[in-house]
Amino acid sequence: MRPSVPVPPTEAVIRLRGVVALLGRFPALAGIDLEVAPRRIVLLRGANGAGKTTLLRTLAGLIAVAEGQATVLGVDLVADRRAVRHRVGLLGHATGLYDDLTVGDNVRFWARAAGAEADDAEQALVRLGLAGRLRSVAVSRLSAGQRRRTSLACLIARRPELWLLDEPHAGLDQDGRDLVDTILREATAAGATVLLSSHELDRSLQLADEVVTIAGGVVVADTGMSAP
Amino acid sequence: MLRDALLIAGKDLRLELRSRVALNQVLPFALLVLVLFAFALDPDRGLLARATPGLYWVAVLFSALLALQRSLSVESADGNRDALRLSGLDPAGIFLGKVLAVATQLAVLEVLLGVGVAVLYTTRITGWVLLAVTCVVATASIAAAGTLFGVVAAGLRVRETLLPLLLLPVLAPVLIGATRAFEAALAGSPSEGWPWVGLMGVFASLYIVAGVFGFGPLLEES
Amino acid sequence: MTTEAHRQDIDSTGSNGTRVLGIAALIAMAALALFGLVLSPADANQGEVVRILYVHVPSATVAYIGCFLTTIGSAVYLWRRSRWWELVAYASAEIATVFTSIVLVTGMIWGRPTWGVYWVWDARLTSTAMLLLLLLGYLAVRRLPADHEVRTRRAAIVGLLLVPNVIIVRQSVQWWRTLHQKPTLLANGVGAKIEGLMLFSLFVGFIAIGLVFAWLLIHRFRLAWLEDQLDEAGLDVAIAERRAEGAAS
Repeated sequence: MRPSVPVPPTEAVIRLRGVVALLGRFPALAGIDLEVAPRRIVLLRGANGAGKTTLLRTLAGLIAVAEGQATVLGVDLVADRRAVRHRVGLLGHATGLYDDLTVGDNVRFWARAAGAEADDAEQALVRLGLAGRLRSVAVSRLSAGQRRRTSLACLIARRPELWLLDEPHAGLDQDGRDLVDTILREATAAGATVLLSSHELDRSLQLADEVVTIAGGVVVADTGMSAP
Repeated sequence: MLRDALLIAGKDLRLELRSRVALNQVLPFALLVLVLFAFALDPDRGLLARATPGLYWVAVLFSALLALQRSLSVESADGNRDALRLSGLDPAGIFLGKVLAVATQLAVLEVLLGVGVAVLYTTRITGWVLLAVTCVVATASIAAAGTLFGVVAAGLRVRETLLPLLLLPVLAPVLIGATRAFEAALAGSPSEGWPWVGLMGVFASLYIVAGVFGFGPLLEES
Repeated sequence: MTTEAHRQDIDSTGSNGTRVLGIAALIAMAALALFGLVLSPADANQGEVVRILYVHVPSATVAYIGCFLTTIGSAVYLWRRSRWWELVAYASAEIATVFTSIVLVTGMIWGRPTWGVYWVWDARLTSTAMLLLLLLGYLAVRRLPADHEVRTRRAAIVGLLLVPNVIIVRQSVQWWRTLHQKPTLLANGVGAKIEGLMLFSLFVGFIAIGLVFAWLLIHRFRLAWLEDQLDEAGLDVAIAERRAEGAAS
């Protein structure tokens, strides 16, 4: 773990109290309590099916909070979860890319959809090493790692205030994984907050400021500010 | 809302330019339907000539089903629905953009199909104004109702079979109206066609309003 | 709620009120059979066939009422998130489908001796057939093999557009047919002067079919409501189980 940065005395970016979220009728989150301070990098740990993905999607405002209280970036998710969506960046298992469009088309489209400038899209392409030949290749012809880089570029171009990353290192080579870490450190330096889940334990423990462990849809261990 | 609509429409049309699915598959299908009608209805006995307006719109309707399936399947692949919800785009804008893109493709298809009918069925084309206005309102109706019901069916295993069941009964007035308006135009009595244009105008407005307000709730669930 | 009381709840969708309603419906149906088949005279033009209209016309009326309830229920559900109204919409659509089918079948049986064929492209017959297809579309969405929320939300959009669709379809079919022929066939049958015992029999028909409609609708609604409650009741248990999963690991 990085040497602990003193927590600035500001409002928590994420504040969850007894949050229950349902997948169909299954309570994937069964009462989550969590607080995250601004500019922190938080690692989510937990076995498969513990609720990591559901937690990230709930924080992004995609899944309704069935019970409990939830505030993200000052937005009350129970009252209006749509209001938080354009301010977060979610990287899920699915890439959210249009197969028949080129890498450049995709990044430009999603950047413009989020209200970003053409410059932001261009910088993101350069940053992920996609500005060259790959720019005009259709997404359907990319490798898994290149797809991952493209969806990361879409994410960077949006300049999210809260990054929610589900296995960001998966499918990337050594350089790609290093690049992800650098980008996340830069993002927190610029004021953003990061939550990520990862199976690259050594790497993410080095990256993270705190570790939250969940099992059975509840937080079972937390080294951060919501620790008892 | 308008900015979002143009962004989505631009994206969909670019997607079509790159993949050419409508051009390489839907258009040949539409022309094939015209040929099949000629096989089924003996062209020498004048049946074909009398049925031309109806056959034309049935061909448009079936091709529209394919174009709509394509337009909605690109959004249900690989998390695009979530990405759209996260994008901050106005749902009403997304709806109008999809409608605009489908309508543009249908308009191109209708012109080419019209040329096909004129050549293959030796139809003498008269009443241009009525024909053009009918195409505009009928296309808007098909695209708006099709996009709305397409999203109702989207993302489900049964979507290919569900969409025709939902959409074709709803579009019955458009088929009747467009056919009668075409008959009136080709028969040289356009005044009989305009009430149908009005009916289709009401239909198109109803579905555009329904889509603008209903698209948000439809995208919302997960 | 104790398990005993719970079990009693699920035992039946009936109540004292619905039993009275059910008995009244039975009596009214018996009266309809008596007046419709025995006491009322045969029609001067149509002969014995006229008797089928005592079922046909009231069925059409309640089918339309069912459609209106579906659209109203869907609208209130979309507006207020009211599950009660969503279930009203669903139950009405099912019962309306049953009565629309009865209208079509009785219409065709009536048409065979009257017109000589089972089907003519009459404006009313055609738009009733389209109504049945629209209802089947709604039910197909409502019964999708998908999440409850997905089904109800999507079905509500279809349900909301049901009545506007019916109106536009009727209008277009009416214009279409009247271009070629006047819709006189059915007008001869129903619109023609009807009086005395025949009028009274039709009145009995409205009461009987109306009671049957109400009785079916209430029971179908209660069944759907109980199914909904059953879904809901499992949640607390499911949360406890899910937490235990975490404690065990």
